[in-house]
Amino acid sequence: MIELQDVTHDYGGGALFENVTASLDPGSFHFLTGPSGAGKSTFLKLCYGELRPSRGSVAVGGSDLRAMSRDELAAMRGTIGVVHQDCQFLDHLDVRANVGLPLHATARPVADRDIEDLLSWVGLNAQADALPPTLSGGERQRAALARAVITAPRLLLADEPTGNLDWDMSQRLLSLMIELNRMGTTILIATHDMNLIRTAKSQVSSRVLRIAGRRLQSAGADL
Amino acid sequence: MSAISDRVVPSSGHSGWLVWIGAASMSFLAVFALALAVSAARLADTWSAALAQSATIRISAPPAELEGQTEAVLEVLRTTPGIRDARVMTVEEQGQLLSVWLGPDLPLDALPLPRMIEVWETADGPDRQGLRLRLSAEAPGAIYDDHTQWRRPLISAATRLRGLSVLALLLIGGVTGVIIALAASAAMASNAQVIHVLRLVGARDRFIARAFVRRMTRRAALGAAIGTALGMLAVAGLPAFGPEATSGLGFQGLSWLAPLCVPVLIAGVALLAAAATALKVLRGVT
Ligand SMILES: Nc1ncnc2c1ncn2[C@@H]1O[C@H](COP(=O)(O)OP(=O)(O)OP(=O)(O)O)[C@@H](O)[C@H]1O
Ligand SMILES: [Mg+2]
Repeated sequence: MIELQDVTHDYGGGALFENVTASLDPGSFHFLTGPSGAGKSTFLKLCYGELRPSRGSVAVGGSDLRAMSRDELAAMRGTIGVVHQDCQFLDHLDVRANVGLPLHATARPVADRDIEDLLSWVGLNAQADALPPTLSGGERQRAALARAVITAPRLLLADEPTGNLDWDMSQRLLSLMIELNRMGTTILIATHDMNLIRTAKSQVSSRVLRIAGRRLQSAGADL
Repeated sequence: MSAISDRVVPSSGHSGWLVWIGAASMSFLAVFALALAVSAARLADTWSAALAQSATIRISAPPAELEGQTEAVLEVLRTTPGIRDARVMTVEEQGQLLSVWLGPDLPLDALPLPRMIEVWETADGPDRQGLRLRLSAEAPGAIYDDHTQWRRPLISAATRLRGLSVLALLLIGGVTGVIIALAASAAMASNAQVIHVLRLVGARDRFIARAFVRRMTRRAALGAAIGTALGMLAVAGLPAFGPEATSGLGFQGLSWLAPLCVPVLIAGVALLAAAATALKVLRGVT
């Protein structure tokens, strides 16, 4: 589902990581860990094409992002879900409209029922009419996850989706992602939260990637 | 769902006012330019229609020869192809013509007035060169005046005026396009974050552009409708001058429909300018 070939990324102050090669199979469940500032968010941005690698190539679903036109990149983004670390809402639209945005923006039918169901799953029924800036950090993350999965994406990239959540709510979102994975969605979650990773490992077969020291390593079972 | 597609761009922002006021002002001006164009065209038509097929023969001769020359002229006219009718003006009619210039109560008897003959030509008209030659032979005091010498400059002035007002309309359209293009790029610059988010969720350029273009076009159309209405009121309020219905500056009868095109055209210009700008800006932003 995601292929990185010899990817090097450099924001201008020296390479953040070098010659990273990785392959995430369709239907797989991956975690991405590493110290703060190691480049987890950068890695995800490379995957959905917000950033272009300084060297090497990134392919999603078999298509090289470099070869895509802007419309093709947009079409690709329409088929994947992304939870951004900073959520990226339209602050003038209410939570309900933000959650439905990936459907509105790509002229796909919007079932109000699906949005309501999803909002109640992430516990945001009461905030459906609220504007994003009025939400707490945890509420924002829940809304961001709801928006990422509203399209039933084939790939979900989640950047610290549980960073601001209490343990119960983290578990709840994790089980939503595990459920999606069972239905075929490829999942990649960037997180620091080792408890979350351990809990997930007990429920779903998953692998852990670790960025550190400009390398991407496959972490062993020694978590 | 279209409701949200319309709202993805926040409605605040000063560029909204620019579009609104710009479109209203330009429409107001366009109505005047249009009124000028329509009036100039009408004047040119009226003048050429009224004058084209008429002429005047003026006979200045000693009183003793006047009757004879008049008869001779009428005879020449009767036998000239291209002349539909001819009639000797009465002294009273001449007095009426002169009173416009010299005031009423003219002592007509005291004035050495030439004899005037009104002539109506057929559509094709006579061979004027030949007619003049025959007249000078038969009635040396007769001068054939087909009004060309003062008709031409009037008609060409009216035609020039119409051309200028059409040019003014084009300039108004161009300035409107520039205003909208500037407003569109300002709106897009101040909504860079919105565009970024829309891109992240998979919106294509066309969707994003449409969100901006719709808003711009709607505002421009509304402004143009108001500007046009005010312009039409102002033109309707212009004082009429001259006795004839055709002499006023402004719209008459069906030509009142012409300014109704202004909002449509302004909205069209806004749509094209906004769409071109939006797509260009989006192509430059990745
Ligand atoms: N747009 C940018 N321009 C320059 N440097 C950047 C940019 N974005 C990130 N960086 C730098 O790149 C490094 C990696 O950032 P990144 O956000 O990928 O880290 P991260 O692993 O996600 O960290 P965290 O766990 O804190 O979210 C950081 O040192 C950061 O300062
Ligand atoms: Mg990060």
